[in-house]
Amino acid sequence: MTRRIENLSLTVLTLLAGLIWIFPLYWAFVTSLRSENRVVSEEAGVWPDEFNLSSYVDALFNTSLMDWYVNSIGTSLIITAIVLLTGMMCAYALSQMEFPGRRLLYGIVLASFMVPAQALVVPQFILMNDLDLINRWGGIILPQLVVPVVIIVYKQFFDAVPKEMREAVTLDGGSDYTLLFRIYLPLNWGITTALGIITFIMSWNAFLWPFLVITTEDMMTIPVGITQVNDAFGVAYARIMSVALLAAAPVVIAYLIFQKRVTEAVMISSGVKG
Amino acid sequence: MAMIRNRSRHRLVALSLILPFAAIFALVFAYPVAEVVRMSFTDAPLIGGGDWVGWDNYARLLSDRLFYTSLKNNGYFVLLTVVPTTAIALAIALAVNRLSGRMQALALVLFFTPYVLPVSVVTQIWAWMLDFQFGVLQPVIEFFTGKPVPVFKNPNWVMPAVAVVTIWWTNGFNVLLFLAGLRNIPTELYEAAALDGATRRQLFGRITWPLLWPVTALVLTLQLILQLKIFDQVYLLSEGGPFNSSYVLLLMVYREAFQLNNGGYAAAVSLVLFLLIVVISILQFQILRIGGRKS
Repeated sequence: MTRRIENLSLTVLTLLAGLIWIFPLYWAFVTSLRSENRVVSEEAGVWPDEFNLSSYVDALFNTSLMDWYVNSIGTSLIITAIVLLTGMMCAYALSQMEFPGRRLLYGIVLASFMVPAQALVVPQFILMNDLDLINRWGGIILPQLVVPVVIIVYKQFFDAVPKEMREAVTLDGGSDYTLLFRIYLPLNWGITTALGIITFIMSWNAFLWPFLVITTEDMMTIPVGITQVNDAFGVAYARIMSVALLAAAPVVIAYLIFQKRVTEAVMISSGVKG
Repeated sequence: MAMIRNRSRHRLVALSLILPFAAIFALVFAYPVAEVVRMSFTDAPLIGGGDWVGWDNYARLLSDRLFYTSLKNNGYFVLLTVVPTTAIALAIALAVNRLSGRMQALALVLFFTPYVLPVSVVTQIWAWMLDFQFGVLQPVIEFFTGKPVPVFKNPNWVMPAVAVVTIWWTNGFNVLLFLAGLRNIPTELYEAAALDGATRRQLFGRITWPLLWPVTALVLTLQLILQLKIFDQVYLLSEGGPFNSSYVLLLMVYREAFQLNNGGYAAAVSLVLFLLIVVISILQFQILRIGGRKS
């Protein structure tokens, strides 16, 4: 009996700590539903007391938020697709095929894991300038396409596929492309969606690089664009919070829908569980 | 003959599978790595060629007071974040791990959601919560100090405040790693120890902590690397100020390259950051591995 009470109180305590942890998001939400006057008034407490959508309307129609959504969704989807496709192809060759330089290539992939991408922004910017990709989607996308961990994870999973599968298909005259896209990929849909979601969230949230390569407001991605709202509005916290929440909504919703996959992806890609 | 043809075909297929990644890698990764090294020995502006100047940029770096300020601030920030976030994440993971089913999923959502937010959303929410005049957290600060504090404009408060924001934002990731580690510990170990009458403290000290050590070492290493690369939060919250009290190496790279047009010098700073991260992470990993073996 005492044990049950102890367990129950620990559960309550943990959830309470969780609610405190999430308070900043709650507070942003409460603020976003108030009028600007209410936000800075003395008697405004911590409980929701207004349901005022005007700052959301403002955020949607008086800023370039829609442009930023399009840029963020477009670039993140393209990045995710290319990262997954090139990653699985390379990992398949590393895992299942024999060719000279295989170990060297894998060594390079592993080593590039250590290089902080942020240390490369200066030459990358110059390169994008030479390719005439400043202020274009291509400029946002290209440097974000190298995600070595995707190859490492795919290789681990491909390594674990039973050899008999392979032999059966090769005897039927199937090529390596058939093997990859008809056998190895369907067998690993779980990890593919997990890696896809995490890559998407990462590129959606990327700040430094899009911030450097984009200078015109209509080409900005969400995380860069919303900092402009700050400058334009001055101190107008209800509007700033509305914009911030609208900016966060797609990734938060994606996370809530694919919770288990995201958890799995984080655990697997860091090598703790695999 | 057929064998040879077959083998060369096999290699051609392998090449075609590798090529897309390899080409992108060479263009946007390998080439920039070589370029950042080359540029660091030139006086190149951001756009346009420059002349070879040998070790000049590095000599300048050694006499640049802002470089030492940045190094110091990077180190300070690492102290403020790495061990605290690891400890907090471990505590949360232990608590969440005790829950089951829906309760655990709910708790996880509460602790992990901040991690999926874009950095600028995080900084805007916290800038509002810590607003000097209207911030909801100012009464808390006032309770301890007797007066409200403009945290991001105060040289003593800025780095700890950025550290709090950073821990809030990224901690969920570490919680997940610890949770995965905890799940990997066989429950029979706890059952056997409980049968032998082990106390809760003994269970943690003799089973959980040693078996979790590889994960702890991983979290510490990943955090050290991540926190050394701090840029976004300080740029958005304080722009390196006030009086350079939150000026860090990556901010120096940004300012030198993109505001002062010193491409070569910025490349030298980048390379120092790069080497710093590689050396420290190798060192830390080795030390932690030895530490794990001893305990």
